[in-house]
Amino acid sequence: MKTFKTAALIGIAASSVLGQAQALTGAGSTFINPIMQTWIARYRQATGVSINYQSIGSGGGISALINKTVDFAGSDAPMNPAEMQQAGRPVLHIPAVVGTVAVAYNVPGLGQGLNLTGPVLADIYLGNIQYWDAPQIANLNRGMRLPHARIFVAHRSDGSGTTFIFTDYLSKISSEWSSRVGTGKAVHWPVGLGGKGNEGVAGLIKTHPNSIGYVELAYATQNQMTYCKMANAKGRFIAPSAESGSLAAAGVPMPADMRVSITNTSNPNGYPISGFTWLIVYQNPARGAEIKRFLNWVIAEGQSFTAQLQYAPVPENVRAKLKAMINSIR
Amino acid sequence: MGIDRSQHSQPRAPLSRQSPLRSKNSKLLAVDSWYGFLLLCASAVVLLIILAIILEIYLQSRQSMHTFGAKFLTTKEWDPVDEVFGARVFILGTIYTSLWALLLAIPLSLGTALLLADIAPALIRKPVGFLIELFAAIPSVVYGMWGILVLVPWLLQHVETPISESQRWGRFFLFDAAPNGNDFLAASVLLSIMVIPIITGIARDVIRAVPQEMREAAYALGCTKWEVIRKVVVPCAKTGIVGAVMLGLGRALGETMAVTMVIGNSPDFSLPLFSPGYTMPSVIANEFTEAPSPLYRSALMEIALILLVVAILVNGAARLMVSLTSRRFRRVIA
Repeated sequence: MKTFKTAALIGIAASSVLGQAQALTGAGSTFINPIMQTWIARYRQATGVSINYQSIGSGGGISALINKTVDFAGSDAPMNPAEMQQAGRPVLHIPAVVGTVAVAYNVPGLGQGLNLTGPVLADIYLGNIQYWDAPQIANLNRGMRLPHARIFVAHRSDGSGTTFIFTDYLSKISSEWSSRVGTGKAVHWPVGLGGKGNEGVAGLIKTHPNSIGYVELAYATQNQMTYCKMANAKGRFIAPSAESGSLAAAGVPMPADMRVSITNTSNPNGYPISGFTWLIVYQNPARGAEIKRFLNWVIAEGQSFTAQLQYAPVPENVRAKLKAMINSIR
Repeated sequence: MGIDRSQHSQPRAPLSRQSPLRSKNSKLLAVDSWYGFLLLCASAVVLLIILAIILEIYLQSRQSMHTFGAKFLTTKEWDPVDEVFGARVFILGTIYTSLWALLLAIPLSLGTALLLADIAPALIRKPVGFLIELFAAIPSVVYGMWGILVLVPWLLQHVETPISESQRWGRFFLFDAAPNGNDFLAASVLLSIMVIPIITGIARDVIRAVPQEMREAAYALGCTKWEVIRKVVVPCAKTGIVGAVMLGLGRALGETMAVTMVIGNSPDFSLPLFSPGYTMPSVIANEFTEAPSPLYRSALMEIALILLVVAILVNGAARLMVSLTSRRFRRVIA
C-alpha cells in the first residue's frame, strides 16, 4: 500500500514535470505503444523535446485528433471516409512500423512450424474445418502427426488493430469470409471464444489444448508460443518475423496517401498477415515544425529500435516517399 | 445571613459563566447551519453527477434508439461490420450468469451469515467475519486472473469433461455442449464467489438486528436453537435477507473485468452451462475503445443505459426491502 502511494506520488510529480517541458502530444494505438515509449525516451535524449503519448486505442486517438486535443494519432487502421470528412482538413497517414500477426497454436505433441494456407485458416475461423486431422490441414503437413481433436478457436474480444489486420487478410483470401464476416477491428465471429487483449488470447491458447489463435508476433515469441508458417500469395510458407513483415510492405505498390493494406503480399519472402501502424497528422497542424521534426526522426533513426522490440521496420523504398510526404507539412 | 448569601451566590455564579457560553452556542449554531449547507451542497453535487451521467448516456444512445427502436432489445445479431446491433444475447447472458451466481451463492452466504450471527462463538466469528470482509475488498481483476489460471482449467478438467462424457448427464439440457472452460459455468461460479462476501456481510447484520427479546421469548416457549432460527429469526429478517441478495445481484449484474476474462466473449446465448456467452458490461469494456462509427458507439451506449436502468431498479428494490425490515423491528420493539 505504502509503495503504491509513493509510486502514485512519484507518478504525479513526474507527469507535472513532464507537463511543463512537453512539446507534442499523441494518442491512439496500443499496438505501437511499446516502441512509441522507446522513441519518446530516445527523442528526448537526442533533442530535449518531450512527447506525451497515451495508448487509448486507435479509435480514441483518431477522435482526439479530430477534436484537436492531440497533435498526432497512432492508428492500426487508416481513417475511414467518414472520419476523413469529420477531420475537415487534409490529413497525412505516415506508416511508422509494420505489425506482424502470428497464428499461434497449442497442440500437444506438435512442435513449431505447422503449415497453413489462407483458405484453410479462413475455413477454421468459419467453422468449416473442425478437426486438426482434417484432410485440408493434413495435406499441408505431411509427416506431422495431427490428432483427431476438435480445434479450439480463439480470437480477440476487444476491438483491436490486430483483429483488423487478421480479418482484412481473411477477407482478401476467402470470399465466404468477406461476405459472411468482413473486415473490422471487431467482427461477428462465426465460431470461437474471445479473449481480451493479446494476453487474453494467449491465455486461452495456453489453457486449452488443441487451440489456435492470433496474437502480435512479439507476444508469441516472448511467451514461447508455437506459431504457423503461412502461405503467401506466391505459395511459399513464411514464418512471421520482423524481416518477413517488412518485406510484405515492400511487395505492395504504395499509393500516394499511404492508406494501404499490405496483407496477402505478393513479395515471395513476405509474410501475408502484416499491416502498417500509422501516425496520423493534419497537413497544416498547429505545431508543424515540431511534428515534422519528430516524424522525420521516426522514419529515420526511429526505425533502428524496431528489431529489439519485435516490430518490423518500414521498408527503405517506402521511407523515401514518406520523407517527401512529411516535408509537405506546413 | 451566611446561608442566605451562599444561596444567592450559587445561582449567580453559573449565570456569569453562562453568558460567554450562550454566545459560543450561537456561534456554534451559525457554524452548524453553514455546515448543514455545505453538506447539502455536497450531496446535491453527488446527485447532479448521477443525473448528468444518466442524461449523457441517454443522449449518446439516441442515435441507436432511433435506428433500431424497441427491436434493439430483441435482435440477436451483433455485427460491427454491417452495423446491425441488438442487445438480446448480452441482456440474457447478464441475467443468466447473475441468476446462476445467486443460486450458488445464496445457500453458502446465508449459512455463513446465520453461523456468524447466531451460532458461532466469538473465537470463530471474528476471524471468519474479517476474512469475508477481506474477500469483498479483492479487486475484480484479481478474481479474473485467478479465474483464468486456476478456476477455468480446474472446472474443465474435473467438472465439465467428466459430466459431458458421462452417459447419464451428458445429454441433460444444461450440460449438452462441448466443454470449453470459458463459459457460463466459469462466469457464474466466479461471480458467486464474488457476491458471497456481500450477501454474507449484509445478511449477517440484518440477522443480528433481530431483537434479542424475540429469540429469548421463543426459547422461553421451549423452542430449540434450530426452531428459533427457522421460525423466528429468518422470518423476521426475511425482507432484509432478500435485500442483501438483491444487492449481491446488483454486483453480479454490473461485474465487468472478471466476467470478461472467463466467459468466452462469444455473442451467442444458449442454455447449456458449458457454452460460451457474453454480458452487457463485457461487451462495453471490450468494444468501446475501438468502436469507430457513431452508430456503433451509440449502440454500446444504449447497452450501458439498459444496464444502468436494471442496476437502479435492482438496487432500489433492495434498499426498500432492507429498510422495511428495520422499520418493522422498530415497531416490534415499541
